[in-house]
Amino acid sequence: MSDFDLTKARETARPMPQLARQGFEARALKSGLLTGLTWLAALLAAVPLISVMYLLLVKGGSRLFGADFAEVLTGLPPAGFELGGGIGPAIVGTLVMVGIASVISIPIGILAAIYLGVLEPRSRLANTSRFLAKVLTGFPSIMAGVFVYAVLVIHWGYSAWAGGIALAVLMLRTVVLAAEEAIAQVPQRMKDAAYGMGCTRTQVIWKVVLPTGLPGILTGVLLAVAGAAGESAPLLFTALFSNYFISELSEPTASLSILIYNFSGMPFPNQIELAWTASLVLVLIVLMFNILARLIGQPKV
Amino acid sequence: MNAAAESTFVADPYAAVGEVVIDCQVNKIFYGDFLAVRDSLVPIEQHKITGFIGPSGCGKSTVLRSLNRMNDLIQVFRFEGSVMYHGQDVYGPKVDPVLVRRYIGMVFQQPNPFSMSIYDNVAFGLRLNRFKGDLDERVQKALERAALWNEVKDKLKNSGLSLSGGQQQRLCIARAIATEPDVLLMDEPCSALDPIATRQVEELMLDLKKNYTLALVTHNMQQATRVADTTAFFSVDISHGGRTGYLVEMGPTAQIFEAPREQLTKDYISGQFS
Ligand SMILES: Nc1ncnc2c1ncn2[C@@H]1O[C@H](COP(=O)(O)OP(=O)(O)OP(=O)(O)O)[C@@H](O)[C@H]1O
Ligand SMILES: [Mg+2]
Repeated sequence: MSDFDLTKARETARPMPQLARQGFEARALKSGLLTGLTWLAALLAAVPLISVMYLLLVKGGSRLFGADFAEVLTGLPPAGFELGGGIGPAIVGTLVMVGIASVISIPIGILAAIYLGVLEPRSRLANTSRFLAKVLTGFPSIMAGVFVYAVLVIHWGYSAWAGGIALAVLMLRTVVLAAEEAIAQVPQRMKDAAYGMGCTRTQVIWKVVLPTGLPGILTGVLLAVAGAAGESAPLLFTALFSNYFISELSEPTASLSILIYNFSGMPFPNQIELAWTASLVLVLIVLMFNILARLIGQPKV
Repeated sequence: MNAAAESTFVADPYAAVGEVVIDCQVNKIFYGDFLAVRDSLVPIEQHKITGFIGPSGCGKSTVLRSLNRMNDLIQVFRFEGSVMYHGQDVYGPKVDPVLVRRYIGMVFQQPNPFSMSIYDNVAFGLRLNRFKGDLDERVQKALERAALWNEVKDKLKNSGLSLSGGQQQRLCIARAIATEPDVLLMDEPCSALDPIATRQVEELMLDLKKNYTLALVTHNMQQATRVADTTAFFSVDISHGGRTGYLVEMGPTAQIFEAPREQLTKDYISGQFS
């Protein structure tokens, strides 16, 4: 026993552990200061969004939530000194063009993501297109408009098609990268299990990889949709604008963002008020998609 | 030990075997340039449990996964030899590996349920095979046999991932046996289980062998003696610079554990293996 008196050996080796919190120690102070700073930074980061929302609600809310909200949402934009009117064609036009863009970019994006994430993740084609998608992420969105203008609009004129395609170009990068990420996160063990059950590669993708990655894919898709809905630059060159409800996909089409751009520059208070209302509607649409993306992306137990 | 390794390969796995359902003859198994397993004859007998034991890295999993071509998914994998299953070479040119895996099922070391409901996990293979009968009944039966039914019968709609590790493993076993595969390969299926669940799974294995054939990799010597009818002992040959696994000897479990013919086996079983 005496040779192995552990208590004694420990006591000489190091002091008794001090576990009580030391409030005014330099380390604790530094940590408190840093916590405070990050808290402040987080608050500052939220200021722009909150102030923009506040401004929009104050300036645009009166029309949107006022007595004539039905006219605002469905009516035609007013001309010159006209009073009243609404932003109906712009809402419909934005939804139609975002719809076209989604129909084009979502299937292509997801198929590309399957190729990148499951089929040939390390092939040269995969590396190249992944790189290009990332480069595209930093691309000014107006370039998508200019591109579609040069390729389509010059020959066939301004149209909802052209607007939708320009938006699709922008959505594609987000969809591909987000879907690939979601697909790559499906654990290999799960795929092994499916192969072990006697699944073909196609069945593994359809029955296991896509359902498992679905929340992530949907999040990416919704964020892409939200981004496209708020774009104005690419539509300037492709869909132009219209004062009427869309009747054909091959004619110039109204959109919320262009309406805001046009009306905010006019010298008439009615138009300026409508521009604010349109901004609020647009932000609400974008916000809705973002919130939806958050809800779907939340991991389920 | 090296001398013993060189002089070996006198294993006679065919001594006193019944009907062989998978006759695995390995010449060489490569991962790229790396020779992982060489010259091993591993016959798997029908309605028996064949245990694979041996030190880590000796190629037990590699051989097991070669039986249903699971290793095909690893690009650098190359198999030389033959795996005769009911008279057909699993590695034959006309064979579809996907179909092989529908007959020769697999339970992995790590529980790997799909991220879908418990019910859908078990029904997965049945739906895959376009099963026409009573799905509910088959799912319940599979869960009962995997000793999981009582724990999950009230929450079949919950995600398979919400279960504990041991429950997940039993779910994977239920999923694998729901389709009633002819042969079931199990790679250390109990390594994530507590002793009670381990016992339940062992009883399940003993029950399953009445109708099916099982091959089981285990590091648990007691488990091998409890359930395996035949035991195959693998070891690593480091005499040629590489780390190549091979079958040292194979025979009835009692003989392998009580009267092994090889010194290597004796050393390993008595815990003297370095
Ligand atoms: N995918 C792979 N690529 C390259 N080498 C591999 C691969 N899988 C296994 N090996 C190698 O093959 C040899 C045998 O591995 P294996 O997994 O079959 O061993 P094991 O006997 O199952 O070991 P354990 O008891 O630890 O599971 C090892 O040297 C291992 O490094
Ligand atoms: Mg192993």
